[in-house]
Amino acid sequence: MSIELQKITKSYDTNLVLEDVSVRIATGEFFAIVGPSGCGKSTLLRMIAGLIPISAGILKIDEQVVNQLPPQDRKLTMVFQNYALFPFLNVAENVAFGLKARRLAKDEVAQRVKQALELVNLSDFAERKPRELSGGQRQRVALARAIASDAKICLMDEPLSNLDAQLRGKMRSEIRELQQQLGLTLIYVTHDQVEAMTMADRIMVLHDQHVQQIGSPAQIYQQPQNTFVANFFGTPQINLLTVQHAVSDQLALDSFLKFELPTKLTAGTYQVGIRPGDLLVDFNQSQTNAAVRNLEYLGNQSVIHAKLDHGEEIRITVANHLAVGINQRLLVTAKPNFIVFDQQQRAVLFVRGGKQDGTDQIQQFQQA
Amino acid sequence: MEQIKSNNSNKLKQISPASKFLAKSYDVNARDKYYALWFLGPSLLVLAIFVFYPMLKTLYLSFFLTNNLGQPTVFVGWQNYLSLLTSSSYLASLQATLIYVFAVSLLTLGLGLLLAQTASFQVKGSAFFRTVFSGTMGVSVSVAAIFWLFMFNPSVGLLDQLATILHLPVINWLTQPGWAMTAVVISTVWMNLGFTFLIFFGTLQSVPITFYEAAQIEGLSKTRQFFKVTLPLISPTIFFVSIITLIEAFKSFGLIDLMTAGGPNNATNLLVYRIYQDAFLSGNYGLASTESVILAVIIAFFTFLQFKILEKRVTYK
Repeated sequence: MSIELQKITKSYDTNLVLEDVSVRIATGEFFAIVGPSGCGKSTLLRMIAGLIPISAGILKIDEQVVNQLPPQDRKLTMVFQNYALFPFLNVAENVAFGLKARRLAKDEVAQRVKQALELVNLSDFAERKPRELSGGQRQRVALARAIASDAKICLMDEPLSNLDAQLRGKMRSEIRELQQQLGLTLIYVTHDQVEAMTMADRIMVLHDQHVQQIGSPAQIYQQPQNTFVANFFGTPQINLLTVQHAVSDQLALDSFLKFELPTKLTAGTYQVGIRPGDLLVDFNQSQTNAAVRNLEYLGNQSVIHAKLDHGEEIRITVANHLAVGINQRLLVTAKPNFIVFDQQQRAVLFVRGGKQDGTDQIQQFQQA
Repeated sequence: MEQIKSNNSNKLKQISPASKFLAKSYDVNARDKYYALWFLGPSLLVLAIFVFYPMLKTLYLSFFLTNNLGQPTVFVGWQNYLSLLTSSSYLASLQATLIYVFAVSLLTLGLGLLLAQTASFQVKGSAFFRTVFSGTMGVSVSVAAIFWLFMFNPSVGLLDQLATILHLPVINWLTQPGWAMTAVVISTVWMNLGFTFLIFFGTLQSVPITFYEAAQIEGLSKTRQFFKVTLPLISPTIFFVSIITLIEAFKSFGLIDLMTAGGPNNATNLLVYRIYQDAFLSGNYGLASTESVILAVIIAFFTFLQFKILEKRVTYK
């Protein structure tokens, strides 16, 4: 079942929480809503669920306007960050909770609970109380409850953030597999950009009460529409370097770190965004333009924190382990993969391999 | 090094299975025990003087007749107990106490929960009512007694004036046996409500909202949410409050003394009040001690019963 948001707005008294959120989520899509804490992503999810009223705009589920419909009639289910498992019910009773509330026949309840528990590999734990389960198992009970309800839309509110890092990785793929297997339309709220990138078909980035960008993980990463999105995705963070641009066909931080422009830009101040992996380092040159500040060894790569002579701090990732000391001099140059942002922090130019990339989309976005 | 090892293994062999368990969980040596005594000493001393000694002394006195100074004179064995348990007036007191305790406990729990749930709704002015509902916590027993004496007064009292306006019969609240009990119960419940409300309100606030959201998505009405979600979740608190309220009700003294002094016609002469009368008005310390022991046994019995019955239904997180 598809979900459509048309200019959804939420405000408490005069306090605006969300403004003009519009998107169409297709049937069977895994849709992630990402943003920093307080950006209104949970509020948006609760409006879709019907737990809090929508201030303005239209919400359609399966082409029907559902703004006034109570939650139980929206044919959806929800998984919560703290799982919301009732401590006084055992696993099977927890899974059956909604089914009993809907007064389904006993046989059917039993059968659906059995199936759901089988799907999440918890059949042997049906009689246990939630407190006797590990965090990952509790999470799976919450999933089973959602599965048992048989609704085709599932809303998840930061379902993995109470788990440790390893388990989170495992549950990511489990949730993704279940979603595919059951053909669920899944709306997944998270503050974790890695979760969004790895799981979602499409991502909506929320910040400052507004949608910053909607797109596939690759689009979001390669063509962030503004500096916020660029900063939010990617570890380590993208480098944003301020450059004064007099009319010519390049943006130059110094005589070595230069960015060739495939199209002309008007004169002014710009920010160049370049991913840490798109910078090149050379420690064996006589001419240098930066000094090492810190080195983080991460196993498969190392992150160099360096300071350009011209004043800016930058992050560079290199594939190998380096034996370099603090303050060691180096030469930093750039691959021709970068993004140019204007003074309003909006992307005006994407460059990949020295060529312009995807400008149409920018214009569309800016018109919208 | 070798020697130490063999010493240790010898020690282990000597330890019996039971003390092995102890050694495992505590593993204290003799010096540590003396050390621990320094920390426990002060509170043990205070407890010994103010709790253990009076308890034992009460038990001792309960087997004696005493003189006016409370000194034991004649050892009578179980005679005090027998005479009490066959005295119709004592049994009447026991009955009155049970009625009072159950009425007070049930009403306090029910109304406390109702007020707490009401005050939990996020509406304008709810902060004001929260303050009002918990207000009786700041009222002393004597003030409450005076307040309720005025309320129940047949000529100037608010209740009977209202009755007059509504053309209902005027009730002599504090001088008619049945109504006197009602009046005392009402006042006690009113006194208790502040504390009970506060505890329940705090507990209700601590229930994560996601439980209600989950219930809402499954379509549970507010009433069903209360019975299916709220009540089971706060059951530990209900259990705790019910035990406290029950014990406190058994021990009620101040309001009784100030409002009815056990009257009329012993209708509100509860066990505690009787102890006070027998000991400090009649100087019958032996008998009063016996009553104290019996009361302690009764309270212990009901608390035990509560644990047996209620704890099965309580789920701790």
